Amino acid sequence: MLSADLLANAVVAGILLGGFYAAVALGLAIVFGQLDIVNIAHPAFVIVGSYIAYILNSRFGFDPVLIGFAAAPVFFFVGALIYRVYFLAFERTGQESLSGLAFFFGVMFIIEVSLILVYGVDYRLVQAEYIGQTWSIGFVDLPLRMLVPFAMSVALTAGIYLYLSRTFMGRAIQAVAQDRLALQLMGANPVRVKQWAFGLGVATAAIAGAMLIIIGPVEPSVGRLYIGRAFAIVVLGGMGSIQGMFIAALILGVVESMVSTFVGPSWSPAVAFGVLALTLALRPAGLFGR
Amino acid sequence: MRLQRLLLGAVAAFALSAFSISGTMAQPKPIKIGFSMALTGGLAGAGKAALIGMEIWRDDVNKKGGLLSRPVEFVYYDDATQPANVPGIYTKLLDVDKVDLVVSSYGTNEIAPAMPIVMRKKLTFPSLFGLAVNDEFKYDRYFQIMPAGPEPKTDWSKGFFELALQQKPQPKTVAIVAADAEFALNAAAGARTNANKMGFQIVYDKTYPPSTTDFTPIVRAIQATNPDIVYVGSYPPDSTGMVKAANEVGLKAKLFGGGMVGLQFAAIQKNLGPLLNGVVNYDFWVPEPTLNFPGVKEFLAKYQEAAKGKGVDPLGHYLPPYAYAYLEVLGQSVVAVKSLDQAKIAAHMHKTTFDTVVGKVKFGANGEWAKSRVLMVQFRDVQKDNLEQFAGPGKRVVLYPKEWKSGEIVYPYKQ
Repeated sequence: MLSADLLANAVVAGILLGGFYAAVALGLAIVFGQLDIVNIAHPAFVIVGSYIAYILNSRFGFDPVLIGFAAAPVFFFVGALIYRVYFLAFERTGQESLSGLAFFFGVMFIIEVSLILVYGVDYRLVQAEYIGQTWSIGFVDLPLRMLVPFAMSVALTAGIYLYLSRTFMGRAIQAVAQDRLALQLMGANPVRVKQWAFGLGVATAAIAGAMLIIIGPVEPSVGRLYIGRAFAIVVLGGMGSIQGMFIAALILGVVESMVSTFVGPSWSPAVAFGVLALTLALRPAGLFGR
Repeated sequence: MRLQRLLLGAVAAFALSAFSISGTMAQPKPIKIGFSMALTGGLAGAGKAALIGMEIWRDDVNKKGGLLSRPVEFVYYDDATQPANVPGIYTKLLDVDKVDLVVSSYGTNEIAPAMPIVMRKKLTFPSLFGLAVNDEFKYDRYFQIMPAGPEPKTDWSKGFFELALQQKPQPKTVAIVAADAEFALNAAAGARTNANKMGFQIVYDKTYPPSTTDFTPIVRAIQATNPDIVYVGSYPPDSTGMVKAANEVGLKAKLFGGGMVGLQFAAIQKNLGPLLNGVVNYDFWVPEPTLNFPGVKEFLAKYQEAAKGKGVDPLGHYLPPYAYAYLEVLGQSVVAVKSLDQAKIAAHMHKTTFDTVVGKVKFGANGEWAKSRVLMVQFRDVQKDNLEQFAGPGKRVVLYPKEWKSGEIVYPYKQ
């Protein structure tokens, strides 16, 4: 059963899938990895991104990729607002560990139920010219349904990486993750920095949502499937490391794809999470952990 | 004077309350039908559509004076597509809400957890789309409206394999792939039995987790085994992924489909469009002339009106007529035995052939349909981005069983 074309296609399919996983996990890499905020509602924001892509695509025919990038600023402000509520209610009083987790669970359910009430529970999909087309390079197939989200993910991750490493605010976000008090002593406002970072994390969900609905149908509760996977990718990559997160997502995607192809798809989550457990046993801080 | 006024007030209040009591007593006590339903979570799309169908039945019955001259009332709770919620809901329905009759939620995973409670109370239990639930329980008051047939696991895919056997040159090898979940595993088990019984060689037989995002590696692995036919047992998001992946990989199987849930839903049909052409899949009702049962078009007209703006399947061909029919069966039985006696209702349901919007319904000893009517339909000439095309005949041609057939198979799968 092992042949060069099967192997090559399995690796390529895994890389493309990993790219999508990276987009879903990117916001968490900032919010959970850098700020230590357990935003369990992140996949729910991704689903909101999918619904916005669906609405604008079905009504006006806009491309889901463009919709994702256009909706990101709105998500940024919503994220910043949510962080402000979270800060005032929990973080300020030091109750962020358990109460904060419950808060984000609540946000997740509110988003899910609101989507059900407003848009119902039917499956939603988008139309775009490239969905259904496949490019072939030799014996390797590149379905555009996966390639477009992959390209978006690479661009998004590179953009966030450069932003965090090259700009003043990006460095401030990294600083607040490392030593909040030191940042405060230097005259910066850590709450403002965290609010900005949280907004940035939620903004990436708009783009990841557009990718998700390009890949397959979406209904309000589908985000739950990605909670475990997204957190696992952030931990595997190393808390706070964007490049680590991206590589971890690719590893998870390739492992899943290889196992699906050569062993059996039902083993793929077990093997993928086995890789996670093994990596953490050898490197407790993850691949690029701080 | 003040005392007089007080007395007068008291008399008036008494008279009013007496009038109100007599008014209440004049109203017959409603018959309460209790059930849980998936109104949120993964199965909510189907659950909400089913509820619309059930409410149409309730309103139709109440317009005609109710059952046993009593209005019908629903008491239901959202099980959130969580089987763990189901036992609690049925306990509450029976012990707190004191419902008179119960019916099931939608789907195998939601029906099975209610069975022990329903059995303990010896209740008649009309059920909505559970595959082979009673194989384990063997409960004599269980009645399944889904027309899977007396041997649901194997009857489900029998048509797919019988169709394959009729083709020239005859296919020899089969790939079976299914989701790791109750219904799909049952469907795959039945497919395995049928494949072995009919002499097919199984070259691929695997399951996948429900959280799978990309199906191209699976389809490619199937392709590598070069099967003549591919049987898929899947849920809506996976079915979409499978069809897209089969198209992207260029699957060379001659017959593809079988047990894919979701290809019956209008939104998915519209989105997949021409990718569906050639797929042979199960269904229970399609708008073909051979299935034009009395009342079904009127029911669908009401459903389609009620479904507007509710975010559910706008056409409602798959589940809603059966959600209406399982209550028709229950209602007709209550009227026939003139009582709510569970034993009498169950006995009547066992011996009677019912006229419903889904045609004649006759139950066998195990509560499944006495004769299977799992249709195998083939998508034909499906156009891009057009929902209306599925409202009429010609797009899902019935190939099997013979008595409901509306056209000939196009074989192999990809022309």
